[in-house]
Amino acid sequence: MSASSERVPRLLALVPYLLARPGIPLREVAADFDVPEKQLRKDLELLWMCGLPGYGPGDLIDLSFEGDTVTVGFDAGMSRPLRLTAAEATSLLVALRALSDTPGMLDAEAVQRAVAKIEAAVGQAQPAGVAVGLALREAPETAKVRDALQDGVRRGRALRLRYYTPSRDEITDRVVDPMRMLLVEGHSYLEAWCRGADGVRLFRLDRIDEVEVLEEGAAPPPHAQLTDTSEGLFRPDPSQRMAVLVLEPDARWIAEYYPVDDVIELGAGRARVMMRYADLSWMVRLALGLGGDVRVEHPAELADEVIRQSTAALRRAEHLPST
Amino acid sequence: MSTTRAERLVNLVLCLLSTRQFLSAERIRGIVPGYADALSDEAFFRMFERDKTELRDLGVPLEVGKTQSFETTDGYRIARRDYELGDIDLEPDEAAAVALAARLWDSPQFTGAAHGALIKLRAAGVDVDQDVHAAVEPKVRTSEPAFPSLLAAVQAGQVVEFDYRRPVATDVATRTIEPWGVVAWRGRWYLVGHDRDRGAARCFRLSRVVGEVRTVGKPGVVQRPEDVDLLSFVATSQRDAPPSAPTRLWVAKGRAHGLRRRARLVGEQVVEGEPGDLVEIELRFPDSAAKWIAGFGPDVLVLEPEVLAKSVRERLLGALSTQRGAEVGR
Repeated sequence: MSASSERVPRLLALVPYLLARPGIPLREVAADFDVPEKQLRKDLELLWMCGLPGYGPGDLIDLSFEGDTVTVGFDAGMSRPLRLTAAEATSLLVALRALSDTPGMLDAEAVQRAVAKIEAAVGQAQPAGVAVGLALREAPETAKVRDALQDGVRRGRALRLRYYTPSRDEITDRVVDPMRMLLVEGHSYLEAWCRGADGVRLFRLDRIDEVEVLEEGAAPPPHAQLTDTSEGLFRPDPSQRMAVLVLEPDARWIAEYYPVDDVIELGAGRARVMMRYADLSWMVRLALGLGGDVRVEHPAELADEVIRQSTAALRRAEHLPST
Repeated sequence: MSTTRAERLVNLVLCLLSTRQFLSAERIRGIVPGYADALSDEAFFRMFERDKTELRDLGVPLEVGKTQSFETTDGYRIARRDYELGDIDLEPDEAAAVALAARLWDSPQFTGAAHGALIKLRAAGVDVDQDVHAAVEPKVRTSEPAFPSLLAAVQAGQVVEFDYRRPVATDVATRTIEPWGVVAWRGRWYLVGHDRDRGAARCFRLSRVVGEVRTVGKPGVVQRPEDVDLLSFVATSQRDAPPSAPTRLWVAKGRAHGLRRRARLVGEQVVEGEPGDLVEIELRFPDSAAKWIAGFGPDVLVLEPEVLAKSVRERLLGALSTQRGAEVGR
């Protein structure tokens, strides 16, 4: 993408933008266009050189600066922005439609009004071929948890959570300072400062068993950073242990569902994968559940534990009194 | 790009917006500042072609035609009604929705375009506050390797061919699809289209596309049926399983917390000397239930239904025999 593919659209939008906001501070303009103020000044200097054929004093775009503010005197006929491209209309309208069915979205009706107005203004640039549905498969308990969390977030209160951690199969109580609610890749999360863990954590809503909104205000420390979701929520952690697994075709979903470092095709749909894990007991549960569709090649402690636990489970089932 | 090029493009747009007559390339060369720099005719036409392409890529509607029928060459102008964004006025709650929508994407294909749309709306006089607080912040990624080429094929109306791995089949098969759309549903991307080999509409998970997507034939060939709703097509293909029969389990004391969260306590029992609880549980996804329960090993036993008990037993036997026959690196 060339530099002009960003700069020229900005130049074309600047005059109508300023026309609608006489005397706006340059700082605000720079923020709205997401460019440094220095770049903005260069853009305005350039626009000052542009105008209508003749290019005399009365033909050129006229901008007047007062202190740190700017006002358009003459727009040279550029009073409205260029209409949206198909890609722009698609990205915005698909996103808006997705919002209107986001669970927990309080103002779906406002979203629908915005869709109608933008569609009308955009005219023929109809978005086609992309759709996003954010509706979740959600239990009624989770909807209740969501309501309680949103109440706490809205009122800026600290929360006490009873939370299930699958990696350790344990339920713990913790006090957190909520930051925001996220919906990523089909799951809802509360992002919060966890006082016990002394860090920012994501809590999946369907793993929260109880929520208590505390009287105490939410106070995440200033250095608490929101998670950058652009690379996905979970990064491989080099400190985690590595398992080498051979997956039969029926267990191939493992490589789609969990982050794996490496997939080596073995033919006939089988694959050898390297998978990082934080907790041995979690990995044992995964391997037992997959039955004969996975073979542990490494580490030995994982392989031994699979043998030990499957043997124990089969023996214990024999002792079960018939019902 | 040099400053002069941006300046030349802005002047070209202003010039073509202000004229009702079609202006020939030669006229434009004489009027718009910057083109005089071209040292030869060839250099000018190359420059002008590039500028036209750039403006068209930005969505500027360049009209080509003749003002008078006797003119020998085509000229250019921009019709104001095609260029300008229509009137739009958003209430604060609507503008907040737009701000939230613009930051939904974590996607190389859509993030920049959404920002561009926002800038144009602001230029139309709409105040869109970037820092709007949202009750829920949805984020959508388009990280599947097949996404960019499938989106491009959908938008170009071009047939595609790709290797596709079915969930349980042992091998990949090549599919030839007339793509209608890409759909994100419950956090996964799907391609919806007409499957030429099966002669029917189908949807495909992007994560199961193996390797490169190849285009077949020319763009503009694919016709999407007007009555197809992409989202409901995917939604109905991924229908939820019906609720299963009641399930009774034995759970060792203080174990299997993930399972206990969903279960109701109905009694106590000692098995093989181990104290435990009898629980009832409603399994929402019976297909995955055996896998889930087998994962708890000796901590959870199935009392009923018999079919579930059997399938848990099979899994444990499978795990044991596979692992016993394995060579494990030590």
